[in-house]
Amino acid sequence: MTEQKNKPKLKMAVYWGAACGGCCVSVLDVHEKLFDVVANADLVFWPIALDIKYADVEAMEDKFIDITLFNGAVRNSENEHMAKVLRQKSKLLVAYGSCAHMGGIPGLANFSTKEEILKQVYLKNITTENEDATLPNVSYEVEEGTLTLPKFYNDVRTLDQTVVVDYYMPGCPPQTERLLEVFMAIVSGNELPPKGSVIGAYDKGQCDECTRKKTDNKHIKEFKRPFEIEDDGETCFLEQGVICLGPATRGGCGHRCIEGNAPCRGCYGPPPDVSDPGAKMMSAVATMIDANEPEEIERITNQIVDPAGTFYRFSLPGSILRRKVKESLQ
Amino acid sequence: MKRITIDPITRLEGHGKIEIFLNDEGDVDNVYFQVPELRGFEKFCEGRPVEELPQIVTKICGVCPGCHHMASGKAVDAVYGVEPPPTAKKLRELFYMAHFVHSHIAHFYALAAPDFVVGPTAAKAERNILGVINKVGVNIGTEVIKQRRIAQEIQALIGGHQTHVVMNIPGGVRKGLTEEQRADIEKKAKGFIDFAKFSLNLFGDVVLENKEYVDLILNGPYSLKLHSMGLVDENNKVNFYDGKVRVVDTEGEEHCKYSPNDYQDFVAERVEPWSYLKFPYLKKIGWKGFVEGQDSGVYQATPLSRLNAADGMATPFAQSEYEKMFGILGGKPVHATLAMHWARLIELLYSAERSLELATDPDIIGKDLRSPLPNIPNEGIGIVEAQRGTLTHHYITDDKGLVLKANLIVGTTNNNAAICMSLKKAAQGLIKKGVEVTDGILNMIEMAFRAYDPCFSCATHSLPGEMPMIVNIREMDGTLIRTVKRK
Amino acid sequence: MDFEPTIVSFLCNWCSYTGADLAGTSRMKYAHNIRIIRVMCSGRIDPIFVLESFKDGADGVLICGCHPGDCHYHEGNYKCLRRYHLLKKYIAQMGIDPGRLHLEWISASEGKQFAELADSFTETVRGLGPCHVKEIIENFA
Repeated sequence: MTEQKNKPKLKMAVYWGAACGGCCVSVLDVHEKLFDVVANADLVFWPIALDIKYADVEAMEDKFIDITLFNGAVRNSENEHMAKVLRQKSKLLVAYGSCAHMGGIPGLANFSTKEEILKQVYLKNITTENEDATLPNVSYEVEEGTLTLPKFYNDVRTLDQTVVVDYYMPGCPPQTERLLEVFMAIVSGNELPPKGSVIGAYDKGQCDECTRKKTDNKHIKEFKRPFEIEDDGETCFLEQGVICLGPATRGGCGHRCIEGNAPCRGCYGPPPDVSDPGAKMMSAVATMIDANEPEEIERITNQIVDPAGTFYRFSLPGSILRRKVKESLQ
Repeated sequence: MKRITIDPITRLEGHGKIEIFLNDEGDVDNVYFQVPELRGFEKFCEGRPVEELPQIVTKICGVCPGCHHMASGKAVDAVYGVEPPPTAKKLRELFYMAHFVHSHIAHFYALAAPDFVVGPTAAKAERNILGVINKVGVNIGTEVIKQRRIAQEIQALIGGHQTHVVMNIPGGVRKGLTEEQRADIEKKAKGFIDFAKFSLNLFGDVVLENKEYVDLILNGPYSLKLHSMGLVDENNKVNFYDGKVRVVDTEGEEHCKYSPNDYQDFVAERVEPWSYLKFPYLKKIGWKGFVEGQDSGVYQATPLSRLNAADGMATPFAQSEYEKMFGILGGKPVHATLAMHWARLIELLYSAERSLELATDPDIIGKDLRSPLPNIPNEGIGIVEAQRGTLTHHYITDDKGLVLKANLIVGTTNNNAAICMSLKKAAQGLIKKGVEVTDGILNMIEMAFRAYDPCFSCATHSLPGEMPMIVNIREMDGTLIRTVKRK
Repeated sequence: MDFEPTIVSFLCNWCSYTGADLAGTSRMKYAHNIRIIRVMCSGRIDPIFVLESFKDGADGVLICGCHPGDCHYHEGNYKCLRRYHLLKKYIAQMGIDPGRLHLEWISASEGKQFAELADSFTETVRGLGPCHVKEIIENFA
């Protein structure tokens, strides 16, 4: 990739909400192609790597940044504020990675309420000694002044539940080769797909590129947890009775988990036109169950021990129901 | 009262802000280091099948996911009451050594090196790997990227997913190595050793030969006299994957040495209303506040702490560097915060040597990858050393292996109180009445934080890409006509 | 004020919708709370339909199809049954009382059975009270 000589460099920002840093690592994993990237782009905001502070970003003109890769979910008021600021300062805002796209692993917190989480972490936790029942406070007076912390919201949100998103790049993290393809397309001035599209991922499901042997007939009489089988390393996981989210997940990651002999857990999100990946997977799984009698169906489905946490591992906030409600209970 | 806010802290993994309060004279009254993020892993792991946890907890951190995967894998084995077979253990440790190599290389070159090679108060725009390369040449930059890439490739080969590794399963690992793969890793491990030695030489040339830097390390406002924690093997040598947790006091005497199952007797955590991150402390001493000294419950768990807490390194070249470092710095234990960078390079060398040991161990291509699981799942604790501190995972499950409770004490969390104190000390030492608070001063305060190896490193700012080069133009018979130089 | 549940009901064209139609043409009275959506086969019912119903404010969802062995498309009703079992487990985990989702087989001639089912399920859901999913989503904090 050569430098576009007369074209000004792309101004790029990478920012994280409730994130783990893996998406930033995926940007760095361009390895030697780093030279090509920096020949065509200037990074103007990236807390993990540059000393640009929030005040510097707030001072930028609107639409100063050409493209922002926002990774991480929106979990607290700081994440929400920065999402809005970056929306304002960016021409293109990309929901980068599973957390920004669908909620990701932090989205699993939507099985609990804020109160339950704070209680477990700060009060009931095994090694925590906290007789005064101290909890972190949004505003706290110390001798010297007032200290503030962001507000921890009850509900985890995706980026597009917070601001308008131009594109989605799925994956936990997105596979670096896909990022480079997208980057090249932008730098070359290629026409981008319509706003709101998923980019950097294939339209077909994982099964299309998966190298495991599969047949058209999947008749499952028993569901097994991954350690309950002697995986032969070759046969489709579903055909061995192990839940694999491949059928309901886009390709593009290089089936890296399958390469490690682990079943897919859906981080690349649903195929086109599917509004709820978990529901589609449930549908697919139900089709595979080889039973027609209610008692037998019940027996087999009981072997799926954590349906919500398995089918919605990365997508709970982005799913139709978005969070667990508190109905009949505690 | 004047107030200086650094928000967010940068060139590290994670969110954080620093509030510095000055009194009317212009001296520092107090410094608060606040962590504004919480995600709630300890809660949302509840209800998940325990065998999924090793893949869920990698998402705590995308830079050290392997650490969580290992601690979690060990905890899950303990939940099922089994030990993996030798091949599985060694594969895990080999993966883990590559993980340490990638992380320590990246941290030193992009985080530590700028502050030492370029200078701690140099202009902001130069304080990154670009500035380092200007001084030492772009070849090194390329080599750093290459070695990191190779380490990542080994991780992907053994662990599946190159970042969020998937190799662990209750009782062992999912995939083995072929002889061809093993031979390739052996070759690469030798490359790591060479590069680690080179890095230590570089540190010697650039830092130890420079009196100002040595003075900064030994006498700058960066020392904290605290207890040191690290994992040790049965010979009390540093081990990242397995062993017992040993804590030595400020004089270097053993305070305690515990097995993972007993961790609750030795470590407790407290909560402050101004930070979402908890503050672990040594239980037997108790919490005495943000104070230093023999009687303080605050401890450190860093590369330097590991070297303090152990009696030596288990591999020969690393051992010799260990002895050299403590020789130069005046004996054990060393409390100079910036020496963490040196300790990190010694660990890099150890990881490289250990990867070669494991890659040449005949067990590494064994076929027995998993132990059977005859027991009802129950409770288990797994401890490893993460690059930035001792990492504990503790799970309690029901009899079907669904998680009821999870407790995690994460690497950097161990150091929360110490980091607060390091920042305060640095600020008090650097900001005084009459001193103009420049960006350089603020960076030197942040250096107190960076030494602890916040998860991340690796700059991405633009690299000029121009090699220092000399071209000699000669006649056909070899006579030199002209020399062209590019600096 | 008494709570009037909103119940969305998916009925398959060949059996259960015809059965409901029979109830209607026979002038049988049954609870007005049932809002019927006709699909060609109960096997057409995507779990997404059920979840969207709750999200849009349904207090209960009723699925009806052909009796086992009678499906116009042979296997559609079995697929529906299996999805139903999975869905029940899922919504229970999501805090929605699984009693709010119900499946029953209704044939083309079972108009009376449909009317009775409509009444009894409405009472069941009335007893469970309003389903708060829509409200909760609208008031994310």
